[in-house]
Amino acid sequence: MTDAAAAFGDLPAYARSLGIEIVGEDGGMPVLSVGFGPMVEGRPQHFHGGATAGLLENAGYAALRTALLAAGRDPQLKPINITVQYLAAGKSKPSFAIGRITRLGRRNANVTVEAWQDDRTRPIATAVMNILMV
Amino acid sequence: MQRAMNTPPARFDAREASKWFFRHGHTGWLGLRFTDQGDNWVELELPWREDLLGDASRPVLASGPIISLMDMASGMAIWQASGSFNPVATLDLRVDYQRPARERASVRGRVECYRRTRSAAFVRGIAYDDDPDDPVAHIAGVFMTIGADPREANPALRGGGHD
Repeated sequence: MTDAAAAFGDLPAYARSLGIEIVGEDGGMPVLSVGFGPMVEGRPQHFHGGATAGLLENAGYAALRTALLAAGRDPQLKPINITVQYLAAGKSKPSFAIGRITRLGRRNANVTVEAWQDDRTRPIATAVMNILMV
Repeated sequence: MQRAMNTPPARFDAREASKWFFRHGHTGWLGLRFTDQGDNWVELELPWREDLLGDASRPVLASGPIISLMDMASGMAIWQASGSFNPVATLDLRVDYQRPARERASVRGRVECYRRTRSAAFVRGIAYDDDPDDPVAHIAGVFMTIGADPREANPALRGGGHD
C-alpha cells in the first residue's frame, strides 16, 4: 500500500479488482489511477467507456469520503446520479482521475471529477455526480 | 440496406456478435452475457460477482460495472438499429439510480436506440434485477459515429462478396 492509499483508506472491491489504485494527492484530494490492460479495453487499444466511468466514479467517492472525514462525518453514501462526458479516446496508457467537491450539503453532495492521461490540461472525460448521504 | 454489385456484410446481429464481443477485454472480464434483442434494442446481463462489490457493508453490485453494462448495451442497440457495425464513441452518458440492486442479484440492462442521425445516435434504457417495471437505474446517452463498418474496409470480413 502506498502512503497515499494509507492516508485515504481502502477502495471498494470493484475498484481493486479493476486495478484502480490511489497513487497520490493534489490539494488534499486523492489521485486515482488505472493502468491499461485487457480488463479495461473496449475497442482495440482503447479504454472502454465503462472502465473510464468506473475510474471517475471511484475518484468522486474517494474525494467525498476525504472531505467528509475532514469534517468529522462518516455517513453511508448512496448514488443519485452520474453524468459522464467523454472528451477524447482513452489510449493504451495509464489514466488518472481526481474529484472536487462542488457543494457539500447536509444530505447531498455535488462532486465534479476529471480524468486525464499524460496531459493534465487535456482531460479525456469528466463527470458530475450527485450523492446522497444518510 | 444496399445490395449492389458487391455483397454487403451480413446485417449486424447482437446475438451473433455477443459470441465474440464478450470473449475478451473489459466486457469479457465483467462476464457480460446476451439475453434478448429487438429491432432497435438489446438486453445484456451482468452476472453477480463477489469481487464487483461497491460497498463493503452490503453484497450489492457496484454502480461502475452497471455503467459498463449500459454503455455496452447502448453501443449494441445502435448497431442493432442501424444494422451495421460502425464504430461509435460515447459522448455523454447519464445514469439515474432508482434504488440499489438486490443482494447477490445479477443486473440486466435493456437499451433502445430511439433516434439516429448521420453522425449521432440517441439511446435510453433501464437496468433492472428482477422486474423491468421496478428498475435499478434509468440511463440516457448520446453516441457519435467514428468511422465506417470495419467489414466494409476489410475484404476478408465481407462474407464471401467480391468487388
